[in-house]
Amino acid sequence: MAITYPDHDVTSPAERAPRLPRRPAGGRATRSATLFLLPFGVLFAVMVLAPIGYALYESFFEVRRGGLGLSPAVAEFTGASNYVKALRDTDFMASILRVLLLGVVQVPVMLGLSLLLALLLDSRSARFRRTFRMIFFLPFAMPGAIAAIMWSFLYIPSVSPFTAGLRSIGLDVDFLSGGLAPVSIGNMMTWGWTGYNMLIIHSALQAIPRELYEAAVLDGCSGWRLAWHVKIPLVRPALILTMVFSIIGTAQLYTEPDILRRVASTVTATYTPIMASQYSANVNNYNFAAAQAVILAVLTFVLSFGFLKFVQRKGFGA
Amino acid sequence: MTTPAHTTDAPMSHQHTAGALTSRAGVLLVLTLFAIYTLVPPWWLLVTATKNKGYLFTTHGLWFSHFDLWTNIREVFQEQDGVFLRWMLNSVLYSVGGAAVGTLVSAMAGYALAKYAFRGRGLVFNVVLGAVLVPASMFALPLYLMFSATHLVNTYWAVFLPSIVSPFGVYLARVYAGAAVPDELLEAGRIDGAREAGIFWRISMPVMSPALVTIFLFQFVGIWNNYLLPVLMLSDDRLQPITVGLANWRAELNNGVPHSLTITGSLLSVIPLLIAFFVLQRYWRSGLTAGSVK
Repeated sequence: MAITYPDHDVTSPAERAPRLPRRPAGGRATRSATLFLLPFGVLFAVMVLAPIGYALYESFFEVRRGGLGLSPAVAEFTGASNYVKALRDTDFMASILRVLLLGVVQVPVMLGLSLLLALLLDSRSARFRRTFRMIFFLPFAMPGAIAAIMWSFLYIPSVSPFTAGLRSIGLDVDFLSGGLAPVSIGNMMTWGWTGYNMLIIHSALQAIPRELYEAAVLDGCSGWRLAWHVKIPLVRPALILTMVFSIIGTAQLYTEPDILRRVASTVTATYTPIMASQYSANVNNYNFAAAQAVILAVLTFVLSFGFLKFVQRKGFGA
Repeated sequence: MTTPAHTTDAPMSHQHTAGALTSRAGVLLVLTLFAIYTLVPPWWLLVTATKNKGYLFTTHGLWFSHFDLWTNIREVFQEQDGVFLRWMLNSVLYSVGGAAVGTLVSAMAGYALAKYAFRGRGLVFNVVLGAVLVPASMFALPLYLMFSATHLVNTYWAVFLPSIVSPFGVYLARVYAGAAVPDELLEAGRIDGAREAGIFWRISMPVMSPALVTIFLFQFVGIWNNYLLPVLMLSDDRLQPITVGLANWRAELNNGVPHSLTITGSLLSVIPLLIAFFVLQRYWRSGLTAGSVK
């Protein structure tokens, strides 16, 4: 049985306070609520808030080791020095630029495809809806790491049926060459997430009351015009949501390049910001790694909320 | 999730015109092309896992030949003293344990936010909502740095404890408890003299059970799929989950792990998950759509 959330509660859970029980009131209610919230609160504080505070704190220190390794290492407050170093670090800045470029190309392609597929599934001409929806959902049921391992085989010339197919028509393509590696990673992301985004958009399309179309249809508006003028504006909130998720996901890109790194030298150990930060930690430069992690968190926040503000100012917002 | 009845399939008078037929064929063509793109990689995985390992490089990748699946499976389980099974069990332990504890913790928190009036409730709920939007991968590195300093890395706890926290679970529990658990029921329990914990456990939990299944599923799959956190935390391969173990096999061709092991292992590792997905599809959709309108 599926869960049915009454619509009003799903659409505005934040704004709408639930009806309050008459009892228990005051102290007793607060005490009970505190006890119920305690396990989550403690875990949240220790596993989410504390690491952020810790990373922030550590990012302002540097470990100084004695010249000959005779005196013990001392942590020294160095202010913003780690941040200055990170912003001057060519590998780290290259990783940020790489991910930005990848996102600028891949996210619109993926979401355009998701929207197209959702509209086609929602259109009157669609057949075998359930089957297609199930197929498109399949990649979401596969762990990202396993999907990346699978694609890593499909990219190496000795095993790949694609390389073999292209060679038979005279094209010699190395999917993992320096120039094509970002495209190959973008393809893995598109394969993995188009169906998921399509499902979110499709659900939004199905939630539109059909009466809203009827007037437009009577006016002779159908097919692409109906999609463009009526449907797409109505699913704007879902599009914005998938866009924000995609921006965050791209900024945090890790699994796909980390798997490819194991089989291709063109994908370096500092290929994406998270990988660069992990690399710093692996060479025991914890304070520098902390600064990089903070920079990435701020960047992710600025990009996703910047996008939200942008669409709101432009009047596209929900 | 509520799905309005579709009227788009209803026969229309102009259905059989040439235009309608063309458009139907066009739609079908695009959907089919994307379905092929989606299905070819897993198809390749399935086909290749069945091949004798001597023929991976010489036969066509997309069709069967030299069927030797059972040997491949046996070799997967025998490699490195059965470490594959250990990885699978680790994944089950992290996922089932983390999701079970996490679901209970989320249910308690969501229930408290929905059913008790207390000061600061709005603030707590807004913090939870904000945390839903922040991906877990963002905390992974800071967590690793903190756990390194406290010598928690390379233990079961390093992966298990962070996996329990699920703001999304709290959010779902809060929405569902607010909508489905009637105040009158709690009131009746109080009049009968039941304690708050008893009311939660015996009255509210059963009412919330459909939402609990969804929360459990989402968290289970989230933990099962997790890669960054265990990669950072665990260097001992006896502690690693299946995702990390197979990724390491992938890189160990030169240390004597043939491709056939990684390929067959990958196939075996996704089968339980695929079954769970398609059997419990409705719960997925309800969770996804609830997530999409937050």
